[in-house]
Amino acid sequence: MLILYAIATLGLIGLLFGLFLAIVARVFTVETDPRVEAVKEVLPNVNCGACGYAGCVNFAEAVVHGETASNGCIPGGKDTAKAVAEVLGQEVTEHTPLVATLFCIGDYGKTADRFIYEGIEDCAVAGDFNGGFKACSYGCLGLGNCVRACPFEVIRIGLHGLPVIDREKCSGCGLCAKACPRLLIKILPLSDDGHLVFCSSQDRGKTVSKACKVGCIACKACVKVCPQEAIVMEDNLAVIDLAKCNDCGECVLKCPANTIHKRSAIPSEGAALAAIAEEVVSETA
Amino acid sequence: MSNTVFKGGVHPDYHKEMTDSMAVTEMKVPERVIIPLQQHIGAPCEPLEAIVVGVPVKKGQKIGESSGFVSAPIHASISGIVTAIGPYSHPLGRPVQAITIESDGEDLWDDQVKPAGELEKLKPEEIRKIVREAGIVGLGGATFPAHVKLSPPADKKIDIVIINGAECEPYLTADHRVMLEKPEEIVFGLKVMIKALGAEKGVIGIEDNKDDAIRVMEQIISEEENISVIRLHTKYPQGAEKMLIQVATGRKVPAGGLPLDIGVVNHNVGTAVAITNALREGKPLIERVLTVTGAGVNRPANLLVRVGTLVSEVLESCGGLKDTTQKLIIGGPMMGLAQPSPDVPVIKGTSGILALTDQDVYLAESSPCIRCAKCVDACPVQLLPTAIAQAAEHELFKQAEKLHAADCFECGCCSYVCPSKILLTQWIRIAKAEIIKAKKR
Repeated sequence: MLILYAIATLGLIGLLFGLFLAIVARVFTVETDPRVEAVKEVLPNVNCGACGYAGCVNFAEAVVHGETASNGCIPGGKDTAKAVAEVLGQEVTEHTPLVATLFCIGDYGKTADRFIYEGIEDCAVAGDFNGGFKACSYGCLGLGNCVRACPFEVIRIGLHGLPVIDREKCSGCGLCAKACPRLLIKILPLSDDGHLVFCSSQDRGKTVSKACKVGCIACKACVKVCPQEAIVMEDNLAVIDLAKCNDCGECVLKCPANTIHKRSAIPSEGAALAAIAEEVVSETA
Repeated sequence: MSNTVFKGGVHPDYHKEMTDSMAVTEMKVPERVIIPLQQHIGAPCEPLEAIVVGVPVKKGQKIGESSGFVSAPIHASISGIVTAIGPYSHPLGRPVQAITIESDGEDLWDDQVKPAGELEKLKPEEIRKIVREAGIVGLGGATFPAHVKLSPPADKKIDIVIINGAECEPYLTADHRVMLEKPEEIVFGLKVMIKALGAEKGVIGIEDNKDDAIRVMEQIISEEENISVIRLHTKYPQGAEKMLIQVATGRKVPAGGLPLDIGVVNHNVGTAVAITNALREGKPLIERVLTVTGAGVNRPANLLVRVGTLVSEVLESCGGLKDTTQKLIIGGPMMGLAQPSPDVPVIKGTSGILALTDQDVYLAESSPCIRCAKCVDACPVQLLPTAIAQAAEHELFKQAEKLHAADCFECGCCSYVCPSKILLTQWIRIAKAEIIKAKKR
């Protein structure tokens, strides 16, 4: 008999609470746009911040309220842009995939260190001390500020002392470019077409050639030879306009410092290490 | 004789025996000097209008000036011809505008260099003007313009002037030798400061590992009523302003405050001699005593060197460096700055040149903090170095500010004792720089 009382009492309490909650849910209901949740579902949800908003939810809200374009998620790329547009019933806008590109190829084999740096492992701190330990005061110090900034872990410091960016996986979010104190990383449309000058030194030719084997010495040979007139000199540095470049390769042949490469043939870590090994062998021989 | 000690600090190996018995010798006049236009804390100088490439200058002639109050003019340290004005590498790590002078071999003084007259007849304002015009800065290493420290605000009464002869940095013996060789000049300089500040008494603080200097100074002040010598316990950083004041007067400089706030002014022994020279002979600050030492130097010495002489030339005059030299430091081993190249000029604040060999230094890998709190015990200003460093590492500069990072004077005790070899002082320096940057914004 007792057990029936207990069941009845608890059942009644449960019913009262249930009623209370049901009323509260009606009275204090918060209007949410179901589209925000739907958009959030199709986003990568890594909260990298590359879109300019604090996280994926904030971006989703902004898209739903029309504050930003549906292709604003850079790491998501084409697929995400399409999915977001579908959720919102918008037309799919054109999306160009982007990729981070390092404008320095002065690895251990190409430049020397001026002194042994034993301070804090941070490019900004090291670069502030006597212009950095590298012979070139514009070159990559390889202490990995970009590596730490990358939310997708697609950058690592290679054995040759420079960051290696995984072009396949890079989303082009641009956080590494912001983290680099020497502004050596640029975000470019992902493509194999076009040639680039892989150097950022604004020093004069004489200083550059002393500091680095593959630095732009501002000799202007490429400017003169380019049939497309796509190359101009800016602050002792040759700059190629990718829109004009038609990959004829004349500049590569002319460049005395071997600084210009086709974008699909950026000197790799392996090649750099092989060159260093060869040098060691020839020195010991 | 007070023998109280401050809390914290460390006892490094002093290595002073290499040079402490060597009399100061004058280095031969260099063929060329490169004089940076910023050799002090405060506004950098601009070259005077008359100073252009090709112009002849005399020794002691003013070549750089700034309109800022916290600044000190720059003078030519040799007679010769200006051959270049442009950026040149600087011991502090960033290139600074510098004036290059090639010697004419005559080493003649400028006409402007003449005695200022009797101390009794000079008014405090006149003394301040003389000190400023002579370009005198704190020679202990901080290079704070000396006339600023002689110009307290009207509402602050200064009663004690302290002369800092602690020289707590290992290896350095320049101040020690100055005390032995120029005690009379130091006391005169102290009297000048007392007069300029209207102070009541002067105190000369010397660490007890320099017994001969204490005896010499005590003898010379035996006639003086208001000047005393204090024997300080040997412990690093005894020569730091706040530590010295605390031990010598029992007063504590408030956090974020200045010695002025508690009625004390503190000058280095070298500064006292420079002030004496400026008053008696009209000589501006164009040369200083520095210690060239370390196992990497062939002939360690205490040298009187002209400002602007290249460190490489100073080392050459000491027989050059040994092949085993690994690290070159300007200043002492605790607070000095490592140099990537000896191609930097000696400046007013260069108290020593130290060459360490592979026996003295090794590259240590930092490991995580083990929370032993050795740095907390060693910190002479009672900060939490490990907490500030961690805040700086995670870019939490607001938190670093709350932990009073700005009160750190970078003595290096925390880095010295850290068993994990964490670069505590470096991180705190970064935090300090960021805090100052945020305040300017």
